[in-house]
Amino acid sequence: MTALRFALRNLGRDLKSGELGVLLLALVIAVGSLTAVGFFVSRIAEAVADQAHEVLAADLRLESPAPIAETLLDSARARGLAVARLDTFPTAIWNGDQSQLAALIAAGPGYPLRGRLRIADRPFGLARPTDRLPARGEVWLDARILATLGVAPGATLRIGGASFRITAVLDYRPDQGTGFVNLAPSALIALADLPATGLVQPGSRVTHVALFAGTAGAIAGYREFLREHKAPSERLRDVEDSSRQLTSAIERATRFLNLASLAAVLIAAVAVAMAARRYAARHVDGVALMKCMGASQAFVLATAATELLILALAGLFVGAALGWAAQNGLAWLLRGLIHSALPPPSATPLLLAAATVAVMLLGFALPPLLQLRRTPPLRVLRKTAEPPRLGYGLAYGAALLALLAIVFVLGRDPELVLAVLGGVLGVGVALALAGALLLAAVARLRGGVGVAWRYGLANVARRGAASVVQVVAFGLGLLMLLLLAVVRADLLADWRRSLPANAPNYFVVNIRPEDREALAGLLAAHGVAPSPAYPMIRARLTAVNGQPAEPLAARSDSARAYVEREQNLTWSANLADDNRLVAGRWWTPADAGRPLVSVSTEYQQALGLALGDELSFDVAGEPLTAKIASFRKIRWDSFRPNFFLVFPPRLLDGAAGTYLTSLYLPQDQRPVLAELVHRFPSVTVIDVDAILAQIREIVDRASLAVQYVFLFTLAAGVVVLLAAVQATRDERRYESAMLRTLGASRRTVLLGVAAEFVTLGGLAGALAAVGATAIGWALARRLFAVPYDLDPWVWVWGIAAGTLLVGAAGTLATRRVVEAPPLVSLRDD
Amino acid sequence: MQEDVVLQAEHVSKTVDSPEGPLTILADVSLTVRAGETLAIVGPSGAGKSTLLALLAGLDSPSTGRVVIAGESLGDLDEDGRASLRGRHVGFVFQSFHLIPALTALENVMLPLELRGDADARAAAGHALAQVGLEARRGHYPRQLSGGEQQRVAIARAFVTQPKLLFADEPTGNLDTATGQRITELLFALNRDRGSTLVLVTHDRALAARCHRVLELEAGQRVELEP
Repeated sequence: MTALRFALRNLGRDLKSGELGVLLLALVIAVGSLTAVGFFVSRIAEAVADQAHEVLAADLRLESPAPIAETLLDSARARGLAVARLDTFPTAIWNGDQSQLAALIAAGPGYPLRGRLRIADRPFGLARPTDRLPARGEVWLDARILATLGVAPGATLRIGGASFRITAVLDYRPDQGTGFVNLAPSALIALADLPATGLVQPGSRVTHVALFAGTAGAIAGYREFLREHKAPSERLRDVEDSSRQLTSAIERATRFLNLASLAAVLIAAVAVAMAARRYAARHVDGVALMKCMGASQAFVLATAATELLILALAGLFVGAALGWAAQNGLAWLLRGLIHSALPPPSATPLLLAAATVAVMLLGFALPPLLQLRRTPPLRVLRKTAEPPRLGYGLAYGAALLALLAIVFVLGRDPELVLAVLGGVLGVGVALALAGALLLAAVARLRGGVGVAWRYGLANVARRGAASVVQVVAFGLGLLMLLLLAVVRADLLADWRRSLPANAPNYFVVNIRPEDREALAGLLAAHGVAPSPAYPMIRARLTAVNGQPAEPLAARSDSARAYVEREQNLTWSANLADDNRLVAGRWWTPADAGRPLVSVSTEYQQALGLALGDELSFDVAGEPLTAKIASFRKIRWDSFRPNFFLVFPPRLLDGAAGTYLTSLYLPQDQRPVLAELVHRFPSVTVIDVDAILAQIREIVDRASLAVQYVFLFTLAAGVVVLLAAVQATRDERRYESAMLRTLGASRRTVLLGVAAEFVTLGGLAGALAAVGATAIGWALARRLFAVPYDLDPWVWVWGIAAGTLLVGAAGTLATRRVVEAPPLVSLRDD
Repeated sequence: MQEDVVLQAEHVSKTVDSPEGPLTILADVSLTVRAGETLAIVGPSGAGKSTLLALLAGLDSPSTGRVVIAGESLGDLDEDGRASLRGRHVGFVFQSFHLIPALTALENVMLPLELRGDADARAAAGHALAQVGLEARRGHYPRQLSGGEQQRVAIARAFVTQPKLLFADEPTGNLDTATGQRITELLFALNRDRGSTLVLVTHDRALAARCHRVLELEAGQRVELEP
């Protein structure tokens, strides 16, 4: 009880004297950063959980590449189930010669069986639920399509060979996906209108869907029936596995943003350690006196621990408030990518934040307090009597354990965590080494500068270790922001420049064999030379070396996609220019018709395949088995048609298919496309530029969100600076009093302080620029395979931001100390 | 006779490790102090005065020998036990006052009472401050007080727990002569009124002369005990 009263009294005093304020600020930043992400993600998770029961728009969903047999549907009706049908596939929607790729949903009566559609009268207007579907000749469009095509409800658009009038903006449909963006926004028409578009041809990428809803018992019985009677290429989805997929997608996003907030937590932990050490150092005399007057070790520890606990609670509370405010910013930055309305955040992120705060305090703040407890009372008589030094095991072991605990709590994926931890530590160590070198270089300059600068530079050099810590703490935050803001844009620009000017900008898919020559003729008449046309056949992988392929889906997400979705196969006599053989051999003319297949490296790695393995496919009901003859590495950014799986000629003769080509069309020739889709309505044209623009927008938004999280890292850097200023307060007071006694003006002393922090900030900025440039260069070479041009703006931004931020924060924080009248300062010592 | 012994040291020595090997800073000192007595420990700088004080007060442990305060042998107690013993029986006055800068005069005096868990710490501390003539300055912080005033606060703090035994380490060492004189008067007056036992370390012969007995140390050896 006495300890609590003491702690409360001490707390007020200690907050006033600063170091606990710094500690509190560090906790607030860490908690704010964690909860901003946590609250935001919880809102998305809640939104998804709310929709989980309707995410299929049914209780059971059957998806098939071929029309679903009426007998299956009749059997469902006979069991008392509600049945609805829809067909869906990607296609272009046209307004004059402007096009936008969309996911076309042609829905039959009854859709959706679970959940309700929401529509609005104008883009981003107030949405209302509806039980209707578009009437014949009408289309409901995602607001993004309206924006891209520059049209409003009431306008008429073309889809394939038919015209549709826009009668509503489609705000939400239950089965639209995870709540995150799909590249193709939706367009909803009546199923009865689909034939008029002429888009559905043999071999076109239509997914036929049957929806079922009913009582749990009837659904369970019918699910068993379907498992036995469905075709192998038909896929059955129920609510459980769909929501499991959603959850895992959300967990990935959470982990990613959590790791971004990790940097702030780690830097804040450094500030906590610095503040706790300072706290312990400043309390040694008081503790010695109290022990002299009868206080026990337990009492000393209880007092300090109670103060810490109160601070932890305050940090949690204030930090959570900050996080709550900040998550609104995240939601705003990502507003275009989230389609569902977000419910308010849940409280669970507070648990994670509380655990992190506990670990930070136990690992970084407790060791100096444990040491404080052992202060010898003899110190009241002899100043040199110090608490026994902390064992390295306790001091560093606790911090390291705490670090690992925090990282694992936040990352949860050991591999990712180790990679990130390695990266952060590696960059940290590199920054520390470079910082130490720069500091040494700067220290040599001081002979040639004025008195204020000499004083500042001398301070930077003298507090070597502390200076390096500050430079690293700031450098890390700045580096990430430079990387995300400047280098990322540079890399994308460099990559765009590295593409040939006439790289294909349109894909033309779904070309019927009988249209192939006429279409080539039309293009030739306009002087357009397409890339070679590739046949395209859809097939599903059924077995590898005679073993069913399904278990391979568990290997990874991409393996799941390869196993569960239909793949496009092609055949070709020649190896394409943008393909490079990495193993095996390409076929000779003599191999034509033999059961061989060449596999892309992505497909190989995802499924763990080896040369000579036998892959079995279901090609429109016909089995096909082929032996792997080679592996190819594909340069996807050639923008020419490419396939994971390529077969020799003649093997797939007779399999129904369509053709695919790509072409380059300058802006002024776009009307050719309108003529093309008019004459060949089944053809789908995909605008590469539009898709790239869309991807760029998503990446921009996402990286803005991550940058936003990294602002917390920068704030944590400021707290480290404050902690360092705190730690040097007494000597600064003494020094400035001495300097002023010796005749220095207040301005000179303040200029010296400013010089010190401007130097630190400049160094941090320069280091961040070096780091960002080095990482940018490595990414350019390894990931984009383009030469990286040095961007002077990285340096300008880095050094300017570092100098301004650190210079201003440091000078402001020290101002009061150096402005104290010399007499007061000297007498106190 | 034995029951009014408050402090007893038996063959107390202190040896520390130094770069030149073990160094004896106090050798085989024995003494007995009875209730109400005043004892001065004198000697030149480095004679081991403060070391002896630290050992007598249980702030440090002797290399050999034993110290008994109010019948309890310090060697039998751990650090917390010694702290508790000091809390119950011992008060301190230091050369550099050792007030806590963040606490007011009143709060500084309350501190040892609060550490013992006394309920009426505030009233008792106010009374103690009044006795040293500082009632009007109770809300002032140490830096707002002169050296003499700070030492008066420290004396109030030392007596507020009504200790059996009071240790004073050069209590006038940081004060000018006139102020030192007044502090000395105060210290002795209070000690007499409260019937406590005073052990003080000083190199001021005049101050030492006011004590019942004087223990003189030189290079760690007891050279004389008068009378």
